[in-house]
Amino acid sequence: MNSKVSNQIAIATLYVIASTIVVILAALLGYIIISGLPALSWHFLTSPAKAFTAGGGIGIQLFNSFYLLILTMIISFPIALGAGIYLNEYAKQNWLTSLVRTAIEILSSLPSVVVGLFGFLVFVVQFGFGFSILSGAFALTFFNLPLLTRSIEEALAAVPDEQREGGLALGLSKWETVLHIIVPAALPTILTGVILSAGRIFGEAAALIFTAGQSAPALNFTDWNPFNISSPLNPMRPAETLAVHIWKINSEGIMPDAKAISSGASAVLVISVLGFNLLARFVGHRLFKRLTAG
Amino acid sequence: MNNKLQKQLLKRSKAAKLERLGKTVSFLALMLITVTVFAIIIFVASKGLATFFSNHVNIIDFLTGKDWNPNVTNAKGQPEVGALPMISGSFVVTILSALLATPFAIGTAIFMNEISPHRGAKLLQPVIELLVGIPSVVYGFIGLTVVVPAIRNIFGGSGFGILAGTFVLFVMILPTVTSMSVDALRSVPRYYREAALALGATQWQTIYKVVLRAATPGMLTAVVFGMARAFGEALAVQMVIGNAALLPTNLVSPASTLTSVLTTGIGNTVMGSLQNNALWSLALVLLMMSLIFNLVIRMIGRKGAMSK
Amino acid sequence: MLINPSSPRLDDGWLERNIVDPSLKSQQPIVLETQQLHVYYGDNEAIHEGDLKFPEHQISALIGPSGSGKSTYLRSLNRMNDGIARVSGEILYRGVDVNRPEIDVYEMRRRIGMVFQRPNPFSKSIYDNITFALKRRGVTDKKELDEVVETSLKQAAIWDEVKDKLTKSALALSGGQQQRLCIARAIAVKPDILLLDEPASALDPVSTSKLEETLLKLKEDYTIIIVTHNMQQAARISDYTAFFNMGRALEYDETSQIFTSPKVQLTNDYVAGDFG
Ligand SMILES: Nc1ncnc2c1ncn2[C@@H]1O[C@H](COP(=O)(O)OP(=O)(O)O)[C@@H](O)[C@H]1O
Ligand SMILES: [Mg+2]
Repeated sequence: MNSKVSNQIAIATLYVIASTIVVILAALLGYIIISGLPALSWHFLTSPAKAFTAGGGIGIQLFNSFYLLILTMIISFPIALGAGIYLNEYAKQNWLTSLVRTAIEILSSLPSVVVGLFGFLVFVVQFGFGFSILSGAFALTFFNLPLLTRSIEEALAAVPDEQREGGLALGLSKWETVLHIIVPAALPTILTGVILSAGRIFGEAAALIFTAGQSAPALNFTDWNPFNISSPLNPMRPAETLAVHIWKINSEGIMPDAKAISSGASAVLVISVLGFNLLARFVGHRLFKRLTAG
Repeated sequence: MNNKLQKQLLKRSKAAKLERLGKTVSFLALMLITVTVFAIIIFVASKGLATFFSNHVNIIDFLTGKDWNPNVTNAKGQPEVGALPMISGSFVVTILSALLATPFAIGTAIFMNEISPHRGAKLLQPVIELLVGIPSVVYGFIGLTVVVPAIRNIFGGSGFGILAGTFVLFVMILPTVTSMSVDALRSVPRYYREAALALGATQWQTIYKVVLRAATPGMLTAVVFGMARAFGEALAVQMVIGNAALLPTNLVSPASTLTSVLTTGIGNTVMGSLQNNALWSLALVLLMMSLIFNLVIRMIGRKGAMSK
Repeated sequence: MLINPSSPRLDDGWLERNIVDPSLKSQQPIVLETQQLHVYYGDNEAIHEGDLKFPEHQISALIGPSGSGKSTYLRSLNRMNDGIARVSGEILYRGVDVNRPEIDVYEMRRRIGMVFQRPNPFSKSIYDNITFALKRRGVTDKKELDEVVETSLKQAAIWDEVKDKLTKSALALSGGQQQRLCIARAIAVKPDILLLDEPASALDPVSTSKLEETLLKLKEDYTIIIVTHNMQQAARISDYTAFFNMGRALEYDETSQIFTSPKVQLTNDYVAGDFG
């Protein structure tokens, strides 16, 4: 075969392959949205699930997902920020640093079910937190830390050294310089990383089934005292999230409309993740402009 | 000597105190992550090894036994905890999905980086980012409602099994492997291509003989990374594989993976019992494999760096 | 004139170092002085010996070919090289050796401020750029801060250009304005000495001459040490000039001496534009 012909065949094949990927995504999104949209209603989004009969909603699961996300971020962001700062600003090139980097890499590639099992062992059983939002938030923290730390470290590294020298030359400590100059300068990138990781957390289920639990007890949405058992804010209650709910009703759901509910819930989940993605772009862009414009 | 000045300069300033505090606090944050990783390994190992040390199961029997039935004691008086069905199930779905995903991923990466960079950046990049973002339970759900029935219609049977798992994992790891392959291609210097084209090579010859060769370590890393993800994926696979702890004999009958048995089993056993310990041993296998994948990626990286 | 007693280690006999002691020429007291200063990047010795004295309220220029160690020397003076290079020898600031670990480097740097080659305003408002360090040091009184903003911006000769947009981002200013803002930021913490590392190298000629005017005014209140690759600039604004070559200050004298009758052949070649 002559090389011109084979060149054309190869390039045509590449076009086919690339188109296939686009078609796969279009089909996935199309299927999720089209099969999910009919289920979506205000009632569906706000009412509690039903175990045996049709007509249940995902209100509590949706709330749980957001609450868990916020709690996870509150716990993991300061840790990731500290770790990211240390790695980028203080760490010397030595055995300890390379050990730490290896550990973070291992954590980021650990199957999330293993992270969930560890959370189960430590928080649910050892610490006696039981299946609870708090146990789930800790498990998700471990799940979240490596990527968030890395993205914060990268964001800090992108700020030019001149900014650091500017702070030091004024007689400020490195810590003050980093906290009050470098971190604000890196904020658009850091926030983008945070929002993207929020999307990941929002869709995570395997790390949660043995930590936050697989049940969603009824909540009293007029009681916001976190110490009351039926309060939505109580961090010690079991809390099935949206992602766990989808898994749960498909594995052992016995309500007659399990499929419609999963479709609706999947659509909500995917739309939320899409939303996080768009928000990340938007925030990064906007904040960047605000910080540099006059 | 200026004594007053000397005194002022020797006094520890607020900045010095803050520096000390900040450095310590951020170091502790970093150590917290590091210690956690070691804690995970130690905890899972100590639970997972209990099967062999407390329950005296032979480790070889565990790894090679074909029967998984922890409630039953076999003829030798040993509980039936042969993990081979799950181990082989995990490996088979991982390898098959990687085999399926690799050509697509590399093809797309070549398209994005070499054939049509404009469409690559404007269309495929967002497509890939979106695919990465879709949660795994959604993949599992679609597998359950689309892939499994399709297989049932074509091949008969229940539709659950290795093939369904492979298909779901293929789509799941595709975006990851693709975007890492794009990075690998991007790191090949421009003048490689220019030199080959100047010698009269066609675009495809340039890609095939020069660019791909130079990017091989990076692509290998991408594929191994995808395999690690496939091996560790739990719920999406568990939803479509059928969860029968049997040695896979064909692609369309129910099988199981380490993760699928773990997710279904751990809630139904009593902590400390043999049944429970055996599940932790599966988790330990999972953990070890994750470490091994990590090691392989490092080795490829080191080799790639050496040959450059 | 005082020839430095430590003999140069170069073989070339003609390469004799000519270091003048400004305290013999000027009435001004010496505020900063280095003795037996050696700076090492790893095993590489970048400054072999830097023994210079800087008189108060004067502008001293450091000139020399690129890579000769001017920046290295300058950055050692307020220990900006901590963690980057190893510095041995004494740095006497008004008689106190600040090159000792027990010295509070932050208080020392407040007194010996620095302005860099590339303008580096923080991505904050102009007002916050000036007040940032003061606020970190515990100054909260709004009136006091306002006052410092006004006086430092005036001293840096940029007040008129920015007084109506103090809340705007500093990054929106032009390069020349940014550099003068950085000077204002440095003097807001009331330093004693200002170190400037090629502050005009990124600026256009108009901005450069504005900056030079500013520096000439600033020397009434501060002692200034400036690295420059621009010999006209050194000639225009400095009182003393040190010529650096290959990690050594080969000659140091009144600027007029250096530019009219240098004692070292290399200095002569350099200021005549024959190399560098
Ligand atoms: N951060 C650094 N690390 C290692 N070597 C350096 C560093 N900075 C400067 N040097 C070396 O020190 C010597 C002097 O450099 P520098 O002080 O920047 O010279 P100048 O400012 O006169 O151009 C040069 O040989 C340069 O390569
Ligand atoms: Mg320099």
